[in-house]
Amino acid sequence: MKAFLNIVSRDLRLALRQKSDLTMAVLFFILTAMLFPFGLGPEPNLLARIAPGIIWVTALLAVLLSLERLFLADYEDGSLEQLILSSTSLEIAVLAKVLAHWLTTGLPLILAAPLIALLFNMDSDAMTILLIAMVLGTPSLSLIGAIAATLTLGARRGGVLIPLLVLPLYIPTLIFGVGAIDAAMNSLEAGAVIANARPHLLLLGAILLVSLLITPLAGAAALRQSVE
Amino acid sequence: MSVFHRFANPNRFLKLTNQVLPWVSGLTVISLAVGLYMSFFTSPPDYQQGESVRIMYIHVPSAWMAMFVYTSIAIASVCSLIWRHPLADLAAKASAPIGAGFTFLALATGSLWGKPMWGAWWVWDARLTSVLILFFLYLGHMALMNAFEEQERGNKAAAVLAIVGFVNIPIIKFSVDWWNTLHQPASVMRADGPTIDPSMLWPLMIMGIAFKLFYIVVLLIRIKSELIEAKLRKYRRAVVDKAH
Repeated sequence: MKAFLNIVSRDLRLALRQKSDLTMAVLFFILTAMLFPFGLGPEPNLLARIAPGIIWVTALLAVLLSLERLFLADYEDGSLEQLILSSTSLEIAVLAKVLAHWLTTGLPLILAAPLIALLFNMDSDAMTILLIAMVLGTPSLSLIGAIAATLTLGARRGGVLIPLLVLPLYIPTLIFGVGAIDAAMNSLEAGAVIANARPHLLLLGAILLVSLLITPLAGAAALRQSVE
Repeated sequence: MSVFHRFANPNRFLKLTNQVLPWVSGLTVISLAVGLYMSFFTSPPDYQQGESVRIMYIHVPSAWMAMFVYTSIAIASVCSLIWRHPLADLAAKASAPIGAGFTFLALATGSLWGKPMWGAWWVWDARLTSVLILFFLYLGHMALMNAFEEQERGNKAAAVLAIVGFVNIPIIKFSVDWWNTLHQPASVMRADGPTIDPSMLWPLMIMGIAFKLFYIVVLLIRIKSELIEAKLRKYRRAVVDKAH
């Protein structure tokens, strides 16, 4: 547990000292989302209708941008080898790295999402569901992305490879993330919002649990091979 | 286990392959010929779909093979990671393009069938989307395998990816039960027996067997050529070493 916290705080400290890395994902998220009203026209109903999809897709791409540096710096300066040689279980270390990644990428995205939701004219019910869905969904994005990040360490064209590996695996999160908000927006009575979005949110939770199980195992296996 | 390790020796495997290959190739040609003849000439047109139903005799076996080949890759990957079986990596590497081909065939024939039947080349329902994901998983697997300087590292990374991606296979299988899809539910592999008429079931089954045999033939040829290539590389290196 102590090793886990050590790795998390080390990564957080590194991220805080490299502020450009920290803000890059959020800025990308906001700027890309803001392109759509220009591309599609500023009609409020249309924007509210497509907002869930745009927010999720841009959030997903923002996470994708940040994945390459998740393990690459450690791999290049040799601290990854130290980590593997140390007595800390590598599975725990992978989880710690992912948590740090989520705190520096996923959490800022969640905080920025209401801003974009406002700009896209989303109502407050849908916004609540959006936030719940993102809290459940963005950790899965970090977890699944970490597998691809570990697998491509030392690969030629690693940066191009990550999207190819990760995007297919992101699709379920995207589908249920958008589905939850759509269900909330389509519910007619005020009380039915949560009930309508519930199945989608439960599935998002299921994806989170499955990736929470798979990522430490697959990530640790991939890390061990990367330094062999 | 003894059989499992027996064929870890490439030479023994090559010998067996050379014995088996002509027979399997012959069977493939026969079953493919019979299957195609039955599906195009002897099987009746569907009362609703008309002649378009014949696309199914290609589409359904391709889709079965798309999942079957991926499952084989996942099993080979497990063998490669746990027992470091030298042929498992080769089998996974040789299977991936074949599986991608079958997946593409399933998507393309489905699309050709969908245009007259559903009125659209493509719909975003759960079955179609999950098969599309499978196609991308194949592409990712192939790209990852060739992305490293050392082949060994590529093999291992691709093996991990194949096992992770296996999550998708049950999703494809049960997508038609879990969601109300436009794609029809399972009609052959059901607990209470198939629901299609024998006159259509027979050509479908023979085509299914033919596709499976085809996979085995191509797989064996590809593994064989990989082994020969490795041997050539060894000889070439020996010659170079001698010259120096």
